Amino acid sequence: MIVHTPTTEAQACAVVKSVVDSATPLALCGGGTRAGLGRPVQAASTLSSAGLTGITLYEPAEMVIAARAGTPLALVQETLAAHGQILPFEPMDHRALYGSEGEPTIGAVAACNISGPRRINAGAARDSLIGVRLVNGRGEMIKSGGRVMKNVTGLDLVKLMSGSHGTLGFLTEVTFRVLPRPERIVTLQWRGLSSDEGVALLSKALGSPFEPMAAAHLPAGLAGEAALTLLRLENFADPIAYRAGELAALLGAYGVPDRLEGAGPDALWRDIRDAAFFADTGEAVWRLSLAPTNGPKATAAIARALPAARSFHDWGGGLVWLAVPADGDAGAAAIRAALRPLGGHATLVRAPDAVRAAADVFQPLSGPLMRLTAGIKTSFDPAGIFEPGRMYAGI
Amino acid sequence: MGAIAFPMPDAGVLARREAIIAGLSQLVAPNALITGEDERRPYETDALSAYRRMPLAVVLPSTTQEVAAVLRYCRQEGVPVVPRGSGTSLSGGAIPQEDAVVVGVSKMSRILSIDYANRVARVEAGVTNLAVTGAVSAEGFFYAPDPSSQLACSIGGNIGMNSGGPHCLKYGVTTNNVLGVTLVTLEGEIVEIGGSHLDSAGYDLLGLIIGSEGQLGIVTEASVRILRAAEGARPVMFGFPTSEQAGAAVAAIIGAGIIPVAMEFMDKQAIDICEAFAKAGYPMDCGALLIIEVEGSDEEMDAGLARIVAIAREHGVTTVKESRSAMEAAAIWKGRKSAFGATGRVADYICMDGTIPTGQLPHVLRRMDEIVKSYGLRVANVFHAGDGNLHPLVLYNCNDPVEAQKAEDAGMDILKLCVEVGGCLTGEHGVGIEKRDLMNVQFNPEDLAQQMRVRAVFDPAWLLNPAKVFPLEGRVVA
Ligand SMILES: Cc1cc2nc3c(=O)[nH]c(=O)nc-3n(C[C@H](O)[C@H](O)[C@H](O)COP(=O)(O)OP(=O)(O)OC[C@H]3O[C@@H](n4cnc5c(N)ncnc54)[C@H](O)[C@@H]3O)c2cc1C
Ligand SMILES: Cc1cc2nc3c(=O)[nH]c(=O)nc-3n(C[C@H](O)[C@H](O)[C@H](O)COP(=O)(O)OP(=O)(O)OC[C@H]3O[C@@H](n4cnc5c(N)ncnc54)[C@H](O)[C@@H]3O)c2cc1C
Repeated sequence: MIVHTPTTEAQACAVVKSVVDSATPLALCGGGTRAGLGRPVQAASTLSSAGLTGITLYEPAEMVIAARAGTPLALVQETLAAHGQILPFEPMDHRALYGSEGEPTIGAVAACNISGPRRINAGAARDSLIGVRLVNGRGEMIKSGGRVMKNVTGLDLVKLMSGSHGTLGFLTEVTFRVLPRPERIVTLQWRGLSSDEGVALLSKALGSPFEPMAAAHLPAGLAGEAALTLLRLENFADPIAYRAGELAALLGAYGVPDRLEGAGPDALWRDIRDAAFFADTGEAVWRLSLAPTNGPKATAAIARALPAARSFHDWGGGLVWLAVPADGDAGAAAIRAALRPLGGHATLVRAPDAVRAAADVFQPLSGPLMRLTAGIKTSFDPAGIFEPGRMYAGI
Repeated sequence: MGAIAFPMPDAGVLARREAIIAGLSQLVAPNALITGEDERRPYETDALSAYRRMPLAVVLPSTTQEVAAVLRYCRQEGVPVVPRGSGTSLSGGAIPQEDAVVVGVSKMSRILSIDYANRVARVEAGVTNLAVTGAVSAEGFFYAPDPSSQLACSIGGNIGMNSGGPHCLKYGVTTNNVLGVTLVTLEGEIVEIGGSHLDSAGYDLLGLIIGSEGQLGIVTEASVRILRAAEGARPVMFGFPTSEQAGAAVAAIIGAGIIPVAMEFMDKQAIDICEAFAKAGYPMDCGALLIIEVEGSDEEMDAGLARIVAIAREHGVTTVKESRSAMEAAAIWKGRKSAFGATGRVADYICMDGTIPTGQLPHVLRRMDEIVKSYGLRVANVFHAGDGNLHPLVLYNCNDPVEAQKAEDAGMDILKLCVEVGGCLTGEHGVGIEKRDLMNVQFNPEDLAQQMRVRAVFDPAWLLNPAKVFPLEGRVVA
């Protein structure tokens, strides 16, 4: 396996140009921890962002940071922390789930639209991504967006790149909007509610004026014996105290919540973010996105078809993490059938290569959507060299 | 004015006008087809009214299926189509051309469903922005993007332009608040993108459609996020001796970790104009004014404001005026929100819409003043200070063609300045026809060609809103 590690954008363009004529497939990677998600890719060589590192712009008062794609995510987060700022979307760390030890890069966070529990309030990575530089499949340097939040100049190719999993181009530099780190974080925790009750509680809280930043429900047996229903508040100290009190009162019918702060709840939210409850189990792992109140309906329907399924609800019920036995199609048919009447979509995040090669990893698209998707792929990568087949056959 | 070129109308299409109208009349109800000259007149232009072209015909369908039939027909006949919402575009995005059929969504203005538990509303594209908030406000909810034109502009147009407003500093712009759309392609295909859930599958087509200025298809329905309103909101006015001090205060507030719901900036010229109109009680002895809004319970707002006021004092604030009642709050916003209308009463103006890195604010304000003075004109500035989205209003007399040209030139120089300091040509009004020929300033040929190749996936023959966004020269077709 040849690994190209350009240290300049010009070199990256040259690598792409060198394979374009022969249409030789190219895997893209950041920290080289890649493997898990998506359909397995057969590529003769790899184009790595490991040589493209460093923060290129950071203006705390403008709430903007830009970094070359191979920059370790950890470095970006440390740099922000030193100025009391954070990436708003709380990116998930997949290492627990995949059991790997690579160094996640900021470029891959953008390419895969990696987000966490704050997504429900603060948006996904794509909502904070405001600029990209990339090499397209013709070996040309392309820029889209910029360093300012408000920008409607031309087509928003930034959004297209976010979540394209390397299939449209090789990102060389990404620019994110950042936010101040909250002064204080408080978690409200209810014990022993059913999933229906838990999601109803979260829904009511999210429809209140008290701005929960995260809202999850863990059924019994995942993080201890009792089911846990969790709301996270983040703000300056005074508003938090007030809002915690108001929420407890508003949700009084569900019992009196514990008020938690510090390392314990931080670790719990990290586990929710990373789906860590399923880390060492060898089960196949799915990520379902659907309307929040449909979350418990989906898990109930899936449990009827797959009795061994385990799940928990994030985003007030709108994100379901599901673990099922990794044999057969890893539950693909049953899960997608359960979603059909409810709407939403399912992604197979972890499963053996053979399963991911056979099942649809990403939600199958309607005919018209698939045609547009194929057209967009061709418009960026006419020779089909980047990560062939990673998302869908031919994409 | 009139310097911006339109493509030559297709003589073949013009010659077939009667036949094309006859064809369209088979597809939609009689009252949905507008062909008479007087009836077409309102569709000649949008809010960039210095430019106007009489469209071939106007169609106002009532259903997605009708839109699909019309688009399929127009594509088959090679007739350009100009999508239209309420026609409030300030960049000429909805201005037609002589050989084009305007397809307006104004009759599709129903709220289809409201789901409070999942915080989403399904609406037709022609519904006005304010009507969405109106439909959910009794339950304490609102739709966040709040362009100043919200009384008139449509959700379809907001999606076309990725519109924003004062409260977008905290809540994001249209693209952050839409979960799904029904899009009709030029082929007449009805495509469902996203739904009532987050992070739709596959490529982020929703993100691509939003802000695409009617070039990729016509949106007929949308699922929009509705949010629960805060317990209370309080705008506060801060008067500063100079623009520099006001700008520095904005940076310091954000640097201190405070993101108010809105931070609006007005310069001396804008204060004078707006105060004369709205009688909002703006301080007349200031060089610059900030309107900063905080949200929450009374105690929360008090605490938040105390922090902001302390920072403002460090930056030389001379007036701090808190609104003590809903009426006072409304007056403060009325002054700001009527800035465009109020300016229109004192002079003709061109409203520009560039974005700059906020750190460049003092430099840009100074340079802008020099630019406009060098043309012998005046400028009033109102803008969204938190995110650097400038709205310089270049004042001129539209009965004087020489002055009109100067105003347009000054505006273009200002936009180039925005790009030069790291910003962009448009923050929320779109490129339209107005900034089309400046796209080369912000993008190089490869950047533009990549965008155009994506556009061609949806519209290979370049029939949808064809004169907009991309320079007429050097177009890439499929
Ligand atoms: C074994 C393993 C596999 C993983 N697989 C995925 C995954 O496929 N999807 C996912 O969402 N998370 C995945 N993760 C989660 C991962 O932790 C985060 O995506 C993380 O940020 C990955 O960083 P990385 O630099 O290691 O990216 P990689 O794992 O090297 O790359 C992840 C994806 O991003 C693309 N990519 C990386 N860099 C660029 C670039 N510069 N330009 C364009 N595309 C780029 C790759 O083609 C690949 O599809 C995986 C983690 C591990 C440990
Ligand atoms: C006084 C005033 C104040 C304004 N203030 C603001 C502001 O604060 N913030 C802001 O962002 N804008 C503002 N605007 C600009 C304008 O209101 C917005 O751009 C608005 O979104 C346009 O909506 P519309 O329904 O009028 O669309 P139109 O003007 O009809 O169309 C706008 C664009 O969208 C396309 N389009 C329209 N409908 C559809 C559809 N259904 N499907 C696909 N494409 C479609 C059109 O082809 C065109 O390119 C203001 C305008 C005025 C006149």
